[in-house]
Amino acid sequence: MKYNVDKDGMYGRFGGAYIPEMLYPNIEKLGQVYLEIIESEEFQKEYKMLLKDYVGRPSPLYKAKRLSEKYNTNIYLKREDLNHTGAHKINNTVGQILIAKAMGKTRIIAETGAGQHGVATATACALMDLKCIVYMGDTDIKRQAPNVARMKMLGAEVIPAMSGNKTLKDATNEALRDWIANPEDTFYLIGSVVGPHPYPDMVTRLQAIISEEIKEQVMEKTGRDYPDYLIACVGGGSNAAGTYYHFLDDERVGLIAVEASGMGVDSGETAATIAIGDEGIIHGSKTFLMQTDDGQIVEPYSISAGLDYPGIGPLHAHLKDTGRAEFLSATDKEALDAAMELTRTEGIIPALESAHALAALKMKTFKPEDVVVVTLSGRGDKDMETYMQYFMPHPILPKGEG
Amino acid sequence: MNRINELLNRKDNILSIYFTAGYPELNDTVSILQSLEAAGTDLVEIGIPFSDPLADGPTIQASSQKALENGMSLKVLFEQLKDVREKVSIPIILMGYFNTVSKYGIDNFLSSCEAVGVDGTILPDLPFKEFNEKYADTFGERGVSNIFLITPQTDDERIKLIDSHSTGFIYMVSSAAVTGAKRDVSEKQVRYFERVNTFNLSHPTLIGFGIRNHDTFKNACRYSNGAIVGSAFIKMLEEEGNNKEKIESFINSIRTA
Repeated sequence: MKYNVDKDGMYGRFGGAYIPEMLYPNIEKLGQVYLEIIESEEFQKEYKMLLKDYVGRPSPLYKAKRLSEKYNTNIYLKREDLNHTGAHKINNTVGQILIAKAMGKTRIIAETGAGQHGVATATACALMDLKCIVYMGDTDIKRQAPNVARMKMLGAEVIPAMSGNKTLKDATNEALRDWIANPEDTFYLIGSVVGPHPYPDMVTRLQAIISEEIKEQVMEKTGRDYPDYLIACVGGGSNAAGTYYHFLDDERVGLIAVEASGMGVDSGETAATIAIGDEGIIHGSKTFLMQTDDGQIVEPYSISAGLDYPGIGPLHAHLKDTGRAEFLSATDKEALDAAMELTRTEGIIPALESAHALAALKMKTFKPEDVVVVTLSGRGDKDMETYMQYFMPHPILPKGEG
Repeated sequence: MNRINELLNRKDNILSIYFTAGYPELNDTVSILQSLEAAGTDLVEIGIPFSDPLADGPTIQASSQKALENGMSLKVLFEQLKDVREKVSIPIILMGYFNTVSKYGIDNFLSSCEAVGVDGTILPDLPFKEFNEKYADTFGERGVSNIFLITPQTDDERIKLIDSHSTGFIYMVSSAAVTGAKRDVSEKQVRYFERVNTFNLSHPTLIGFGIRNHDTFKNACRYSNGAIVGSAFIKMLEEEGNNKEKIESFINSIRTA
């Protein structure tokens, strides 16, 4: 597995654990036990049961007929949007919560941007009766009120991150500070394939169920066990990592990653890390990141809060470096238009994040016989306000009654 | 001999002060250094401001953000420190997150340190192992000490390992916390300090995190060669600005009851 993490936690020259000594014992311990726990029969039994009966897996692989006709190829959607809580995030949180329990931890902390990972974490904690603290940027708390309400109803304490721009990056810093101050009883449940080793690998393995199912489902539907292309959106990159995992070494499969370029790659208002970033260290991992010439991390921008991150998982940095994956980017507008296109051709309202993956269909030319799988990482319920503002900007109520 | 070792050989109850470069005003760095030396500070740690200081509490975070807004960067800092050795003779350590240093370039960074007379570095998120494998020799050649941290969670074996690779002193983080936490010395902490002392480490230790007044300083000195004050000093700067007399009375208030 030449694209996988090595024994030092590196993906080629990326990854590692650039953390202060205060976090060393926790990270070291987790690195020692995570594989053993994940591979244990007990974990596998419970994890698989929860994925099936609680999350609702396997998620369908749906042949999008009208969309396929439009692009004159064969487009399949991997329906992570149909999972419990509405996105792929839950695959990871039910897995990590079992690891936390196996390690005897009693207090769970998490960071969240749009609130999807926060909700998935609060859900897993409610299920397992564990204390849950979610750090969320103060700006995001104001933007994502419904998810804040969900987390609170699920019993989580939502703590506003007040530093920096008060978004995901700052929430992650606050969660790491909490872990520094509470090293004994606390498990940090990271929501993407970012952070110090072993998080990128651990989260990748917990999301790998996506590609495990794709492999079987593509076989079932097409008679061969690989697609020609796998397309996924990338912020930190967890749904993409899960989508690629079982095909990383199968070079017949083209891997396409779509970043969010916001107002445009060169607009200064972007989250397209691979497009404009360079090597550095963010949240304990060596990877590509958006930074100034002085090494200060730049605030990203995307209409999609789930892709609004100035770094990218080290696996993806390595896939870029080796040329194994092709990195594209979609602007806010391209993503919004792709969301409407899917809605009107297939009757599926995608999450804004997933809409970026769909936008890639216009950027590539596929052969009529190609099998193209797009991971629909989440559903669009949480984004209705944004969609309404963009597509139906005229108020429904007469002025003065709003 | 390196100024840090010279100081540690000669003196006990060392008082080290941390402050953020370019705070409260961009050009305060050198005059704060001079005031600190005049007031009897033994050692200074100059913080390189970073956008994402994940081991720091709100006080140092806010000072970093202000310093960045003021226009501070490593380039500007080395420019400010160009003639510092004509004005200040106490040891100077630069403390910062690894991304700013690696972006500047390790070799460039060490050349600049050597050129202006910086004696050591504290880079909390540069892993101990990576430093030893990749950078220890170069730091040694340039005469720059890199100081490692130990914490109450660091196990005995690792403390001894860190001691065996240390230069200068060992930075003993007082408790599981980010900088600026106001915790009184607990029994648990005392047990940790005493545990470390039983190892008869070959390097001196300085205690940091939570040291903020005479009592906490005196207490730390009972178990170590001295202590580091950071957030409390920054808070004073925030309230009083860069003021020579106030800096002097702050240092006096730490030294004497």
